[in-house]
Amino acid sequence: MDRILVLLHTDADGVLSKTALEVLSAANALGGEFVVGLCGRDVQAAADSIAGCGASRLLAVSGDTFGESRYATDAAAAEALCRAAGAGLILAPASVRWARALPGVAHRLAGVIDTHVTSISMEDGAPRVGRWYYRQRIEAALTRTKRPWIVVLESGCAPAWQGEAGRVVLESVEVANAATRTRVLGVHSPKANEQTIRPDAALLFVAGAGWTKKQADGQPHVDVAGELILGFLRNSAASLGSSKSLVDLSGEGQAVLPFLTHMNQVGQTGSTPRHPKGLATCCHGEEPHVVGWRFINDRRAVNLDANCGWARGKADVVYVADAFAVMARVNEILKTRSAAT
Amino acid sequence: MPQFQIVVCGSIVPDPLQTLEPVTGPAGPSLKNELMLPAVLDPWAGHALYEAANLARNHPGSKVYLVSAAPKAKLQQVMMTVGQKAPFELVAIDASASGFTEAADVAALLAGAIAAIPGLDRSRLLVFGGWESASRGAGVTMQMVGERLGIAEQFLAVDQLTVGEDGTLEVLERIEGGSHQISSCQGAPAVFGWATGNLPEPRNNPQVGMQNMRAIMPALQKAKPASTGVPSFVSVSLPKQQRETRVVKDLTPDEVAREIVAWIGEN
Repeated sequence: MDRILVLLHTDADGVLSKTALEVLSAANALGGEFVVGLCGRDVQAAADSIAGCGASRLLAVSGDTFGESRYATDAAAAEALCRAAGAGLILAPASVRWARALPGVAHRLAGVIDTHVTSISMEDGAPRVGRWYYRQRIEAALTRTKRPWIVVLESGCAPAWQGEAGRVVLESVEVANAATRTRVLGVHSPKANEQTIRPDAALLFVAGAGWTKKQADGQPHVDVAGELILGFLRNSAASLGSSKSLVDLSGEGQAVLPFLTHMNQVGQTGSTPRHPKGLATCCHGEEPHVVGWRFINDRRAVNLDANCGWARGKADVVYVADAFAVMARVNEILKTRSAAT
Repeated sequence: MPQFQIVVCGSIVPDPLQTLEPVTGPAGPSLKNELMLPAVLDPWAGHALYEAANLARNHPGSKVYLVSAAPKAKLQQVMMTVGQKAPFELVAIDASASGFTEAADVAALLAGAIAAIPGLDRSRLLVFGGWESASRGAGVTMQMVGERLGIAEQFLAVDQLTVGEDGTLEVLERIEGGSHQISSCQGAPAVFGWATGNLPEPRNNPQVGMQNMRAIMPALQKAKPASTGVPSFVSVSLPKQQRETRVVKDLTPDEVAREIVAWIGEN
């Protein structure tokens, strides 16, 4: 049985993310001894919040240098924690920080790494992980004998750990060389009322290129489409995704749905978001797009074409209807309900 | 104005519209009829190449290299199109482009090929690539290439790179929740794993294609065969994805809307 290190970092506000707590649960489920390694500006509060997690040791790299998300310092911190723990199996959440830094750490440790892991279990005394290849089109299970083995777990692999908080004593770990020529200047976020990507939303709403096409009167109604989509996002707190074709139209300088960027793109060359439900509108459900829906459990679509890709086993329900009319009515109902409450 | 040597790492992947089916042989998993499948330049590597070409155009004296590990016959086919998009010098490695190969082995090949580029000036080196491939999709190769080249200034999911007059690099990286982190790096060398960037795919330019092809063909002929390992796969399969779709044709928009709202409200 490998010694396990659960490698976590605090967020900007000093707390552990939900995905970090899920990795703690995953480590607990594997059984055996595990160590927690924490990285951040000040990690004491985060450590105290997981006092009852069952870790045999809690190691920490902290300080202003490690409060920022940056390859050189994150890799140095993670390397130091891994060496201090001496673990054969290292579990980490799929955050931007670790996704950027841990591959380099695997190289420094002469180890191996698997990212975007969606499941982990013990089979015949050895860890086995599941992940996808070719943009979620092929599923694989694999194991490794080389150590250390860094496994970066996607969100949703395990329930978030819940347990007693308390006061823990951290073992501080020195970082040998965290020199960097990079300064973090800040974060550019959309304004709150312009926020369209909401990773924790219960619903993914996907807009397809059909929103920009000519409607029954022979004219496109892009401005109406924009109002309907943004209105729905406001009323439902859904996250907005898009098909590649619609985002590409924006990139080509056409006056279409200006709030869409490549970051909204779902599918083969876009993201693979995780939401319990997904609603596709004016989108044909072609394979390159639908591979991005791999982790959307409950899927519905509104489309004028009863033979679209969604109807061929890719969605649970397809409504053959005009999305303009449907979403206008959906918005009215949601707005009325919101006003009533 | 700073001048750069921009090395883009990028391989080929099956055309996204192709149906993929895994098969397992003695050397591990692969795709059925893999060498017959139409291929394209890996999409995110493509974005990296277009950004590199744009950067080189705006910084006269800069040069773009494309380092690619792929079966050279397939690579030649893809280069017929990609070679018309932007000026670059190809460095080819005749190796598998399979997503099932070990990323660390691919990184070793790429880093070795970069280090062997004649006249490489590491103080002006920018290593570009996609933030992950459309095959393995791990997002690890670029960091390992950087480590092998001794470059600790690395950026992942890059959407924008702005170069200051003094060579300072301002970088926008995607982070959680649709935001970007803004960082400033004190110049080359640095590694950039590109997301989509901001540039559209360039139109084919036959003149650029003819200029590129003069060097691409010799580069392909010189490509040395190289091997890569695979992890220990327990199983490789297509997902069971077929759903029992209920197609609803006879409801009014109001009825559809009410059903959708009720569904959204369900736990």
